[in-house]
Amino acid sequence: MSKVLMKGNEAVAKAAINAGCRLYFAYPITPQSELIEYMAKMMPTVGGTFLQAESEVSAINMVYGAAGAGKRVMTTSSSPGISLKAEGMSYIAGAELPCVIINVQRGGPGLGDIQPSQGDYFQATKGGGHGDYHLIVLAPSSVQEFADMASEAFDLADKYRNPVMILADGMLGQMMEPVEFKPAVTEKEMEEMGHQHESWCIHPNQDGDLKHHHEINSLEIDPVVLEKHVNHLYEKYDKIAANETRHELYNINDDNEMVVVAFGTASRIVRSAVDELNAEGKNIGLFRPITVWPYPYEALAKCIGPKVKQVYVFELNTGQMVEDVKIAVNGKVPVHFWGRVGGMVFTPEQIKEKLQACY
Amino acid sequence: MEVIATRPESLREVSFTYCPGCMHGVAHRLIAEAIDEHGLINKMAGVAPVGCSVFAYKFFNFDMAEAAHGRAPAVATGIKRARPDMHVFTYQGDGDLAAIGTAEIVHAANRGEHLSVFFVNNAIYGMTGGQMAPTTLPDMKTTTSPYGRKVDDVGYPIRVCELLDTLVAPYYIERVSLLSGPDIIKAKKAVSKAIQYNKEGRGFTFIEFVSTCPTNWGMKPLESMEWARENMLPYFKPGVFRDKGAQA
Repeated sequence: MSKVLMKGNEAVAKAAINAGCRLYFAYPITPQSELIEYMAKMMPTVGGTFLQAESEVSAINMVYGAAGAGKRVMTTSSSPGISLKAEGMSYIAGAELPCVIINVQRGGPGLGDIQPSQGDYFQATKGGGHGDYHLIVLAPSSVQEFADMASEAFDLADKYRNPVMILADGMLGQMMEPVEFKPAVTEKEMEEMGHQHESWCIHPNQDGDLKHHHEINSLEIDPVVLEKHVNHLYEKYDKIAANETRHELYNINDDNEMVVVAFGTASRIVRSAVDELNAEGKNIGLFRPITVWPYPYEALAKCIGPKVKQVYVFELNTGQMVEDVKIAVNGKVPVHFWGRVGGMVFTPEQIKEKLQACY
Repeated sequence: MEVIATRPESLREVSFTYCPGCMHGVAHRLIAEAIDEHGLINKMAGVAPVGCSVFAYKFFNFDMAEAAHGRAPAVATGIKRARPDMHVFTYQGDGDLAAIGTAEIVHAANRGEHLSVFFVNNAIYGMTGGQMAPTTLPDMKTTTSPYGRKVDDVGYPIRVCELLDTLVAPYYIERVSLLSGPDIIKAKKAVSKAIQYNKEGRGFTFIEFVSTCPTNWGMKPLESMEWARENMLPYFKPGVFRDKGAQA
């Protein structure tokens, strides 16, 4: 298949449809507008449902209903809208429903601005909604990866009956890059997908079927039962952490004197700085988490080789992922942090300067 | 001996969790009977709210979803859009539907979403212990309006049928009473019509039940019925607000 030049927001929307997503509920917000607009245009052409909800709150609850009915469903938004979806995400996680949520992050807090940011890392990886639960969170760094993650997100959601978030940002959403799309699911695959959750989801009885009564629910009024349920969720999360943790290593070797950690868009900028410094004779490795929940703690710990003197973390926030890096590094070497916020994006020169100052 | 009445197939053999004298059981039964009569049990899905009927997902004998507070019409929209071959209803109280869920009900109705909504109005929050509802009557005392509902301060009770009747899309809107035997028989007809329209794919149907809450009103069940007939019905007048089926 040939590559096409596309904006991240449109590429991920197209990839979601290719992955068999036929229900999409969302509310307009910048900088994810191209995504909702693409869905409005394309969903009817594949016989799917596009519905512009009255609010983010309604959109996520429509997702709850459609996921409860066992179908591939997605909602997308940007930071303030994701806060509104937090209630629903908690219910979806509690009721163990598969769905995909995309956050095209912008500057915060509050209404903030509409420029790229990574300020929702805590919200995405540590909760966001109430109670003990986790989303699986994927952090793309290119338009290609953003698009590829659509099918990966749906597969993970279906496999674990868990909501999956793609944590992108305004830059990735707005940026155009060449993308190669995975082939769309076939009619046969769609048909199989449509039946995969029938052991628990809302669906009609066929003639002659044994009558079923399925409950889509996160309420467990008996504390003994609720504790059992939450423990079950955590056993599932352990399995996800063991099997689905993903990361990328770039110039990681035994002679690294410094390891840099960055995720998403920020990692691309950092990589340019690392390339330039390594060309000048330094030896810096770059570690990029691809799943930010589950976080690749063990893989990062292994990167702290014998010669590594320090770790540097760069994020487009005031220092959120750095806490996970510190857990992974576990005090072996100092961990530094620098970031920019408010939608301001650092340059490779600025990163270079920071790294040179402490190399 | 001849059996002349039995549990509707659409209700499971589970004990209700309602207080003595509560009318939720009657409303559940009316809905279940109508679903049985229209032969929809194999294609039905319901959405339970937050409130006294929070456990309704256990009571109905088909697939059910429990929604977050006020979100039942959005959840039902998701189910119906995902499973257009199914018939979907929500069951909601006054706090759930007319306070925290106002946006969801208005917009589901405005889209003409193919749902039946059963709205139980007893002018109070029951589950949380008798707080003021959007439908609490003027000067009525509740635990959060201990000096009576002061309309200058918190406004007047919301008449939901009248509100929804301003929209173009809804197919059928009726307010019924559960406050006497004859009223319940009338209510049954309204419920049955709503389910019939739902079966026929006509669009959005809405039934409001004017009901009671003996526990939180601090009254005996019969007393509460009488009080509601005298005080609720003049403000929440029963009647058909919209019936596009009858017009046609």
